[in-house]
Amino acid sequence: MKLKVNGMDRIFDGDPDMPLLWYVRDILGLTGTKFGCGIALCGACTVHKNGEAIRSCVTPMSAVAGSEIRTIEDLGANGLHPVQEAWMQVNVPQCGYCQSGQIMQAVSLLKNTPHPSDQQIDDAMAGNICRCGTYQRIRRAIKLAAEKNA
Amino acid sequence: MSPIENVSRRRFLQGVFGTGALILAVRYFPPILSHQRAAGAQTEADRATLHPNVFVGIQQDGTVYIVAHRSEMGTVIRTSLPLVVADELDADWTRVKIDQAIGDKRYGDQNTDGSQSVRRFYGTMRECGAAARWMLIQAAAQQWNVPVSECSTEMHVVIHKATSRRLVYGDLASAAAHLTVPKKEELQLKQPSEWRYIGKGMTSVDLPLLCTGQAIYGMDARVDGMVLASIEHPPVFGGKIATLDDQDALKVAGVHQTVRIDPFKPPAAFQPLGGVAVIADNTWAAFQGRKKLKITWDNGPNESYDSVEYKKELIETAHKPGKLIRGVGDSDKGFPTGNHVFEADYYVPLLAHAPMEPMVALVEFKDGRVTAWAPTQNPQAAQSIVASELGIPIENVVCHVTLLGGGFGRKSKPDYVAEAAVLSKKLGRAVKVVWTREDDVKFDYYNAVAAMYMKAAVDEKGKPTAWLQRSVFPPITSIFDVNAVYGDPPHLAQGWTDLPYDLPNIRIENGPAQAHVRIGWLRSVANIYHAFAVQCFTDELAHRAKRDPVEYMLDLIGPPRTLDFTNVEYPNYGADYKTYPWETGRLRNVIEMVADKSGWARKKSVKGHGFGFAAHRSFLTYVATVVEVEVSDKGEIRIPRVDTALDAGLVVNPEATRAQFEGAVVFGTSIVRNGEITAKNGVIQQSNFSDYPVARINEVPAQTNVYITESSAPPTGVGEPGVPPFVAAFCNAIFAATGKRVRDLPLSSNSQFT
Repeated sequence: MKLKVNGMDRIFDGDPDMPLLWYVRDILGLTGTKFGCGIALCGACTVHKNGEAIRSCVTPMSAVAGSEIRTIEDLGANGLHPVQEAWMQVNVPQCGYCQSGQIMQAVSLLKNTPHPSDQQIDDAMAGNICRCGTYQRIRRAIKLAAEKNA
Repeated sequence: MSPIENVSRRRFLQGVFGTGALILAVRYFPPILSHQRAAGAQTEADRATLHPNVFVGIQQDGTVYIVAHRSEMGTVIRTSLPLVVADELDADWTRVKIDQAIGDKRYGDQNTDGSQSVRRFYGTMRECGAAARWMLIQAAAQQWNVPVSECSTEMHVVIHKATSRRLVYGDLASAAAHLTVPKKEELQLKQPSEWRYIGKGMTSVDLPLLCTGQAIYGMDARVDGMVLASIEHPPVFGGKIATLDDQDALKVAGVHQTVRIDPFKPPAAFQPLGGVAVIADNTWAAFQGRKKLKITWDNGPNESYDSVEYKKELIETAHKPGKLIRGVGDSDKGFPTGNHVFEADYYVPLLAHAPMEPMVALVEFKDGRVTAWAPTQNPQAAQSIVASELGIPIENVVCHVTLLGGGFGRKSKPDYVAEAAVLSKKLGRAVKVVWTREDDVKFDYYNAVAAMYMKAAVDEKGKPTAWLQRSVFPPITSIFDVNAVYGDPPHLAQGWTDLPYDLPNIRIENGPAQAHVRIGWLRSVANIYHAFAVQCFTDELAHRAKRDPVEYMLDLIGPPRTLDFTNVEYPNYGADYKTYPWETGRLRNVIEMVADKSGWARKKSVKGHGFGFAAHRSFLTYVATVVEVEVSDKGEIRIPRVDTALDAGLVVNPEATRAQFEGAVVFGTSIVRNGEITAKNGVIQQSNFSDYPVARINEVPAQTNVYITESSAPPTGVGEPGVPPFVAAFCNAIFAATGKRVRDLPLSSNSQFT
């Protein structure tokens, strides 16, 4: 099967049930996308499929045939994304392990809802756990990124 | 005692520092390690220099290397301690590079646990930077042939004002390397007014990496030729394999083989739990193969462990006389009886750490030597357990410390590193062990389940004339001593022995409890359940007396004074009591501060909208917290706002400190709402974020305000102290809003709230 990852054409001929997460991490060596729970409950594995946030840990390779996948590594490849800039400015991360997923989710949120309310932020981000507890700053950074977009 | 010596010509860290670089080693002898110096000295010439804890390297190009010897798990310690060195060195922070230390006792203590990195190393870091600066000044003075007293530094440069001459640090490194290191008495530390960084802080040196997916955690470590391993552990603590059928597992594409890991020999400490490892090309294949294993287990005696029964036993034990820990007044006499005696049982279950990065370690065993890459809070403990498991000298174990995807105390126990080492030795190749979330939840070193019995007789104003508190919990020491059932002094000292109330009669006790799982340190540790019981029971008494909880607490604490622990075992978090006394005045100050900042006096609780308060000293830091809650008709609880005031002495990095206290309330929210591990037939019932939920963005305080006391007192901890008072204040706020007293955590299992 064929797919695009971060703009590059890829061919995969392994187990079609293998989750995309392990393909990008173990096979492609793109380790910015994280393993946190394996059952789509924490969001650490969030990547974009055709521009929308998905949980790569439960997305089998068979479901991404022909798709365009984007990971955190590509997001800032040509200069930081405004969401990443906001993350830096607000100093969001503590341990940082969940932040790739948080950022990918936030980018997706702002694409669909450029000026989200608190409620919309909560709804969009509730699937992404941060055990360090950086939520207050995540909310602030999303708003800052939204202002930058305006 | 922190002697400093010039080690430029030694072979330390030659891969890191170029030739001609000036390297300083400050040697720090932690009290418990001092007798090990001789043993360490027998190995290499380098090691004869004992236990250096800090290295500063200055390159001829002016680059300053500072070695971070503590583990980075999000507290920004990898930045904050080097910042202290850089300040005293008068270094340009943009020209500083941080090198993460491997595990090595030369650095002194590296166990990044107990909120003590800054407290323990602030002084030595200052000396280390000041010594380097002194030597650079000496070198410049010699070169200019002027008195040292006429020379000073500006950022990254030595200057001679009279002649306007300047020499940049890089140009002085070589000459300075030949000088004798100053004695401690010769050092001139900066005045606080001269500090560039201390007290002002800096964002994490890793921030750009953390925001771009480039940061390398243990999960991301890889070496050529490594294989992946996933381990099926015995479902009951102490269990063993009875039968194993791995035929189907071996048929999974990508699976190479299975390997048995021996069960531990009690006490468990940091040994592997035992089980069966599935070895594969990639992580997914290892997970899939593992699902196909057919194993029957010999569960052993812990099969009878049932957390429902255990809870009853703990509470029963808490109702019986226990071991006296501290007594004040006529505490041996019988307790008064009558209408003015109140009692209550408080309970907190087992809690799991659940850091976002599950346990993971990569280990390569080759020619009798081990190289490990691990997200560990305690690389020296990792070296130690790996050496002992493999029967090799500790000097043959190199442990690289990656970034940690959260730690919270779990990663101070390196059992997972030992597993990878055992497998690598058996397989003769590099092995990366990856735990699933289910492994993480089921095979944790849990924060102890605890029952607290509280009793007070009060006078007509509602103030206690006699106070009894008795806690029962399986102690952490049980992982090192199977017979340990009583709380050990360091953990009893966490908010129990040190009840700060000025009351005529106090009796503090502890009862026995046998552990059936591994018990371990979790962020704030025993303070969580101790502060919960003390601070909520105090709130109960205040409400019964119809008094304001803040005013009541200040009354109980009494006048500013230093608590007297004469004839009481009070370890004080391992800190010298003269330097870090328990000062009730400082607790009063943060209480008054948070009351003021939160507008406490104007806040009146009504049905569905309540304000709760609690105050607690832990890890030598004084904290007071006010929590606001809204409870809907359906019982849904929102937390619009938290105010928390702290006195942590001198705060090196205020921004990082605020972040720690913001995070602490989220950690505490998880504990109060859902934190609970249970067991049936010895098997842990939870497995993932589905049944061990942790707080999400929509469940946490909408706004957390952190107020830091300006202080020049010695620095104390900031990672943990925010949790205990928040847990209690949150529960007190729920009472204020609902009239329902939370004595049983979490809310999700409390029949009043479900």
